[in-house]
Amino acid sequence: MAKTLKIENLQAAIGKTKILNGVSLDISRGEIHIIMGQNGSGKSTLLSVLMGNPKYTVTGGSVMLDKKDMLGLSPTQRAQNGLFLGFQHPQVVTGVPLGNFLRLAKNTISSAQKSKTPAIGPAPFAANLRAEMEKLKIDPTFMSRSINEGFSGGEKKKSEVLQMAVLEPVFAFLDEIDSGLDIDALKIVAKQLSAVQKKQGMGLIIVSHNPRILDFIKPDTIHIMSKGKIVARGGKEIVKKIEKDGFDSFLKK
Amino acid sequence: MAIPQKTKKMLTQTGDNSAFSFRTKTKSFFASQKGLNADIIREISRQKNEPQWMLDFRLHAYEVFLGKEMPRWGADLSGIDFDNIRYYVRPQDKSKRSWDDVPKEIKDTFDKLGIPEAEKKFLAGTGAQFESEMIYHSLAENLAKQGVIFESTDDAIKNHPELFKKYFGTVIPPGDNKFAALNSAVWSGGSFIYVPKGVHVELPLQAYFRINTENMGQFERTLIIADEGSSVHYVEGCTAPTYSSDSLHSAVVEIIVKKGARVQYTTIQNWSGNVYNLVTKRAMAYENAEMFWLDCNLGSKVTMKYPSIILRERGAKGEIQSLAFASKGQHQDAGGKVMHLAPDTSSTIISKSISKNGGRSTYRGLVKVIKGAKNVKTRVVCDALMLDKDSRSDTYPTMDIKEEDVAIAHEATVASIGEDELFYLMSRGLSEEQAATLIVNGFANPIIRKLPMEYAVELNRLLALEMTGSVG
Repeated sequence: MAKTLKIENLQAAIGKTKILNGVSLDISRGEIHIIMGQNGSGKSTLLSVLMGNPKYTVTGGSVMLDKKDMLGLSPTQRAQNGLFLGFQHPQVVTGVPLGNFLRLAKNTISSAQKSKTPAIGPAPFAANLRAEMEKLKIDPTFMSRSINEGFSGGEKKKSEVLQMAVLEPVFAFLDEIDSGLDIDALKIVAKQLSAVQKKQGMGLIIVSHNPRILDFIKPDTIHIMSKGKIVARGGKEIVKKIEKDGFDSFLKK
Repeated sequence: MAIPQKTKKMLTQTGDNSAFSFRTKTKSFFASQKGLNADIIREISRQKNEPQWMLDFRLHAYEVFLGKEMPRWGADLSGIDFDNIRYYVRPQDKSKRSWDDVPKEIKDTFDKLGIPEAEKKFLAGTGAQFESEMIYHSLAENLAKQGVIFESTDDAIKNHPELFKKYFGTVIPPGDNKFAALNSAVWSGGSFIYVPKGVHVELPLQAYFRINTENMGQFERTLIIADEGSSVHYVEGCTAPTYSSDSLHSAVVEIIVKKGARVQYTTIQNWSGNVYNLVTKRAMAYENAEMFWLDCNLGSKVTMKYPSIILRERGAKGEIQSLAFASKGQHQDAGGKVMHLAPDTSSTIISKSISKNGGRSTYRGLVKVIKGAKNVKTRVVCDALMLDKDSRSDTYPTMDIKEEDVAIAHEATVASIGEDELFYLMSRGLSEEQAATLIVNGFANPIIRKLPMEYAVELNRLLALEMTGSVG
């Protein structure tokens, strides 16, 4: 299993508009990093580019999973190498039950990783899934509902965390996983997120613009992004500074 | 993949899938020369040893056929050469009731398609048509005891002459359209079903149609009569080997749904890519009767088919659901028609089409409500999914409403597979092809799930085959 993800001077554009202007970030397994910053600072784009969204063109830099270059891989291959993206706005896929889809994804990833565990059948998979849903307080009927169809904002976010828990990535990127959640849901999601992260020794990069998430998740590093770059990083003291002076205080340097 | 691999090969192949494109070498009992004239029609009738009225019916229909022009609307039919078709190919002397009596070469064909096996497992009755004739029919004993009739249309004209004559040609007269006229002139084979009052046939009756000869025309004729308060579900499947030149399949299906009865007619059409499939299907629904057409078209070169329902008496209900998949070189021109002729009648038409690799699909529908048909409800939904820019989808919904007291709903959508949707599914480890197949299955699912489970599994497998190699 891979140990580190190394992002170096990553640059990306959508059409002719540059959005990432050289992002560097190292993360090891078992670590939690939080990226904060104002809207439009490039946080979501960074996660999307890490997962290989074809909408963006990478114009420079590198992303290495241990010694393996990720930028040349399709989103499929990146997922099969152990990367995961929890979406800010998860897509609705009509007519495809969440449970069937997740089992297909799980078995596809295991077979690509030449895992020794045989493909999991519908019944044991459903039992596992039900247990994971219980932990996130998701109604078990969601298993047979179309992916994200008619889900509330909070249910969509829970479903993303559920998918992460089931697919067991090595590094997961979670985009605004806290937005649209009320305080109770936020507690449940954060608790489960930490539990899964700890159990599987996962590396997490969480994007948020709400410092409240720090009440529930203890990151190893906090990064501040602005204008497509990381402009500051550190521990909790950074958050105190944001709360006191706002994000602008990092831009004046 | 979520699509089960070990499914029964009971129904069909896709157009290009070699697994079912086999041809069987058989000796025909009789094959007419190519082309059509009155003498050939007389010979068909003589071979079948039919009553005079049927010969007269055929000859009259032939005159109607000659007098009608080719339809100028709809799909391109210019490739049909009426002089290069064998109108009647008789594979054996008569229909059998046991697979053991069916000639070996023909039985092998149906064995390869898994038909006898399916019969044992989940069907109340089975029919099999090879070329022009039904070569096999069987019906569960308990149903036969209750008076249910399920036999070839050719046998029914002899065994049940009064019932036959009372209903034959009453829902679709020869003058209805050029191809109904052609069928009426040269018809052969098909199923005849009669369900007595109050009898419910719980398991489906299935008929399987196979064209084996090149340049063959298959013109089966199916007649279903569901007497008062009865119910039946009939399923048909169709395949043919791929030849370099075209074949013609032109069936006529007439259904009579008496007071309080229910009929479901399910089609899984998967002709090879050189078959013109021009079929006329219509049901007459009486008081509080229910008719449901479930029509899946995956194969053929050209299909023109608009299952119709005449809601003739108060309280009758009609539903038409169709799924069309058009790939390269295919035009699926399908839809449905409903005539509301009485008050308190209701109808639903749901059409879903998928076009890829330059395939073309057309929805063509008609809802008609006559003056005085009060409190009518009708809903029409057509959804098209296009997988690439070369494909084409057109919608021609027609509403002809002469009554004010009606509730009409009409929805239409055209969608393509979005990059965002693909990225979302691929970010979970699925290949682009798996992701696209999942989206297509999800789109088709509301219709597929109406099928009996065995057919739903088969149809999902066919869709997955159609999607193989379609992206990236």
